[in-house]
Amino acid sequence: MHTELTDTEIIKRILQGDQAIFATLVQRYQQYVFTLVLRFTDSREDAEEVSQDVFVKAYRSLADFRGDAKFSTWLYTVVRTSCITFLRKKRLDTTSIDNERTALQLENRESGFNANTIEQKSRHAMVNQAIRLLSPDDSQLITLFYKGEQSLEEIGKIMRLEPNTVKVKLHRARNRLREKLEKHFSHELKDLS
Amino acid sequence: MEDRLWNYIDGGCSPAEKSAIETLIATNREWQEKYRELLNIHQLLNASELEAPSMRFTKNVMEEISRYQIAPATRSYINKNVIRGIGAFFLTMILGLLAFVFSQIKWSSGSQSSKSIKLPSVNDIGLGQLNKIDYSKTFNSTWVIGFMLILVVMSWMLLDMYLQQKKRGTTNP
Repeated sequence: MHTELTDTEIIKRILQGDQAIFATLVQRYQQYVFTLVLRFTDSREDAEEVSQDVFVKAYRSLADFRGDAKFSTWLYTVVRTSCITFLRKKRLDTTSIDNERTALQLENRESGFNANTIEQKSRHAMVNQAIRLLSPDDSQLITLFYKGEQSLEEIGKIMRLEPNTVKVKLHRARNRLREKLEKHFSHELKDLS
Repeated sequence: MEDRLWNYIDGGCSPAEKSAIETLIATNREWQEKYRELLNIHQLLNASELEAPSMRFTKNVMEEISRYQIAPATRSYINKNVIRGIGAFFLTMILGLLAFVFSQIKWSSGSQSSKSIKLPSVNDIGLGQLNKIDYSKTFNSTWVIGFMLILVVMSWMLLDMYLQQKKRGTTNP
């Protein structure tokens, strides 16, 4: 279904009134958006709700997409603002127990892995779970670089950072990921190497 | 060592650096082990898959957007002339206030040896009525200093905006 069309061509057709073709863009980027949102939220339900909101917002402001950057780059800015809005709202809802819960969540995440309760021990699950142990900034950076196919320059542009700063941050994020993998998945890593 | 190796793995180093790192990996055991370790992480990340939402996701989005319309582009309803007009208004205000502040300075009091410069009085230019207004109530020294500070901050903000715009212009040709 319209898989041969480029993002710009699809957007042009949507702006001309072909709403149905937006489904192609959703299918093309739903995993990318969902993964990025999941780095911010703790549950898949929340991530799905926010991801849906991202696509609705993207659709409504599609006329603002100038085409001077990749659609995925532009979409990331929508992801980021939607996630920040969601987190702010969530924080307001749970102000009194916010700090306690954040601490507990982190503790549970760590202890969950120590207790070796990982059901899926596949490589894919292991990497994704290790990424989720990182801070949202680190995990976003890794996802954008490896899965979003964004260059350091493009990441710098959307994060408003110099490419060299992005490079340093990426090195540090990968080092922190390696530490998490060594701490929680040392056996699996040995099996892989 | 790690930074250099990550740079090498990402393919971001110069040919000379690349060759130097290759030599180090080939000859130095420590570099070799670290390289293998980092390459393993890099390959794991490359091979990892994206998370997938539920099967109904696309359908849900399409149902949701059917209730909305695409909003007109921001650039189509923001009139640049209005923004320029507001800018011109504030600029005129700043310049006017600056002129007022400078006119209040007694230029002759700086040095006694130098001849004082006789500035035209308000009576000379037919604005004698203004002398009757008691400015001291409003334009006392605290007020003027405060206003000058605001002006300085606003000038810095304008300069910052201008420089940022200039920077963006050079990075996005």
